[in-house]
Amino acid sequence: MTKTYSPRLFRYQDYEKVSSQEDVFLLWEMLRIRTIEEIIAQKYTDNQMKTPIHLMIGQEATVVGACSEMLKEDKVYCGHRTHGVYLAKGGSLEKMIFELHGKSTGCCGGRGGSMHLLDKEVGVDGVSAIVGGIVPIASGAALALKRLRINNIVTVFLGDGAMEEGAVLETLNLAALWKLPLLFICENNFYSVCTPLHERQPLDNIAAKAQAFGVRSSQVNGNNIYEIKKEVQKARKRALRGDGPSFIEMKVYRWLAHGGNLDDTDQGYRTFEEVHEWKKHCPIESLKGYFIDQGYISEDEYTQKKSFFHHQVLSVFDKVKDQPNPDLNTLYDHVYAK
Amino acid sequence: MSWDDQLVNDVAKNENQFINSQNERTLTYVEALNEALRLSLDQDERVFVLGQGVNDPSAMFGTTKNLKEKFGEHRILETPLSEDALTGLSVGAAMNGMRPVYMHNRPDFLLLTFNQIVSHASKFSFMSNGQTKVPLVMWSAIGRGWGTGAQHSQAIQGLLVGVPGLKIIMPRTPYDAKGLLLSAIEDNNPVLIFEHRWLMKRKGFVPEEYYTIPLGKAQIVRSGNDLTIIGSSLILDEALEAAHEIYETNQIDCEVIDLRTIQPFDEETVLASVKKTGKVLVVDTGWIDGGVTSHLSVKIYEKAFSFLKMPIERIALPHCPTPSSSYLESEFYPGIEDILKTIKKLAGTP
Repeated sequence: MTKTYSPRLFRYQDYEKVSSQEDVFLLWEMLRIRTIEEIIAQKYTDNQMKTPIHLMIGQEATVVGACSEMLKEDKVYCGHRTHGVYLAKGGSLEKMIFELHGKSTGCCGGRGGSMHLLDKEVGVDGVSAIVGGIVPIASGAALALKRLRINNIVTVFLGDGAMEEGAVLETLNLAALWKLPLLFICENNFYSVCTPLHERQPLDNIAAKAQAFGVRSSQVNGNNIYEIKKEVQKARKRALRGDGPSFIEMKVYRWLAHGGNLDDTDQGYRTFEEVHEWKKHCPIESLKGYFIDQGYISEDEYTQKKSFFHHQVLSVFDKVKDQPNPDLNTLYDHVYAK
Repeated sequence: MSWDDQLVNDVAKNENQFINSQNERTLTYVEALNEALRLSLDQDERVFVLGQGVNDPSAMFGTTKNLKEKFGEHRILETPLSEDALTGLSVGAAMNGMRPVYMHNRPDFLLLTFNQIVSHASKFSFMSNGQTKVPLVMWSAIGRGWGTGAQHSQAIQGLLVGVPGLKIIMPRTPYDAKGLLLSAIEDNNPVLIFEHRWLMKRKGFVPEEYYTIPLGKAQIVRSGNDLTIIGSSLILDEALEAAHEIYETNQIDCEVIDLRTIQPFDEETVLASVKKTGKVLVVDTGWIDGGVTSHLSVKIYEKAFSFLKMPIERIALPHCPTPSSSYLESEFYPGIEDILKTIKKLAGTP
């Protein structure tokens, strides 16, 4: 008997007091990231991006909402689902696409691939492809900021699967104990590759698990960008006051397979109904509808923006063929730091 | 007080074996480490020490004694029992401008940290194309004796010697302990230090000032022409003793090389000696299968085969977990007798 996970309903109208024309950039940013991911998915079949990819189509509100509350100097760390975090924090699109193609002008000179994007200028500081591996590392970054008296926070993005790794639970304890300026954002998309949450955890209580270690925890609707912004803002202020870490569980849904560019609903580990229901609550479509209702944007404007982003991304792909491949003699560079 | 303190006192040597002077400043190995930490913490405010027990009365075998009083509990950080996450935390701190020295009682506990050491710390410089550095020191002391048993006596350098991006050092004398620790802290890579519990109360010459010993540089602690003994840590100490003895009794002249750094090891010094003598004994405190002796032997065969007069001899721990019973311990651990026998075999003496 397959269990299904349903999105929770909300009304943007409830956020009228906080929403304004200025928020339109949030929609454009989500749309931009969606467009980038869709084109990567399309082009992946050309087999020129020889790297595993983990797209975040459907989950855009979490990263855009969270990063909109951060400063450039705040740091973000994440796991294998890197693209959204990297782009929402301000990472260079060109360097990302070149990296996916293994070029020397990629953000890591082709040495990292999709699962290890980096853009230190905008605070995308570290990624690990080992589930949960980056979480304690992020806590060390937070400790450094605190000790060096730097007034910024560290945010680490993790998934529901990472909440089963021992090191992550250890980190919750450490962060609470030492009041680290660390924000844990857990994107709970209910599936670890193909295995559903209820087959891995007896209770659906991720936020409560974090709370039990002494970390102030909350749960938000991962499609509701206003709810996300509110919680992230609170967490950031809490951290900078010296009151310690926060944990925000965001319930979201990924539309495609765990990895790769395909829709794998036909594999049967989740139902068509479930996927369809979540797509009806697309964070982009619903926010677009609200902004049109409010008169902030028009349908035409949206269509134009979509086309603009489409061309912007394709023009970056056009540049790939002119990018140099890494010099083969540099294979051993940076094995050891000087 | 550590439960094996009496044993460590008993096995401690009173003289540094290559410097013999009444007037030289003498410290114990533990005091040398304490001095190194003190100097480093004083000189660089980014350095901090962490670990389970760094602030308790036993003070990590005495190495962190009185440091909290001088530098505060934030820089001498007592920790929960979370080796895996704390190693990750150390990696993150190191990536962001700090220089952590993570101290463990035993290398056995480092086995809990392999995900962070091997899949993260050792690889971040490479994966980031040099944009990230991980200046991290992981310190531990190999246990032995008093029934310590299989899980508290593992010398794990052999498990890590093949991992690109790590440096591994094994000091032997108080002088080396201080200098190598200071070098390790200065180094911008993850450095693993494997001390040996039985070396920690020995005394030797230690200069008062801040000094470093370059990583990757071996030391010829005894010059000789008949054969070459290569190794580090306690077992090289025993080899040195055997070398002195056999020169007295049989006039066999051994060249004894203390690698000090296992990875990267000093190929130049080692190969020069091998080419001179043509007879080699490699010793290690880890296991005989795989490990450091296999690693070094193959490198020597690859680069100096035509100079060898005999196959390379190796002495390391047998392929067996460490027994607890002291009777079995004495059978388990190779010692000076085994080394003497092997030297005679290489020298062609019955």
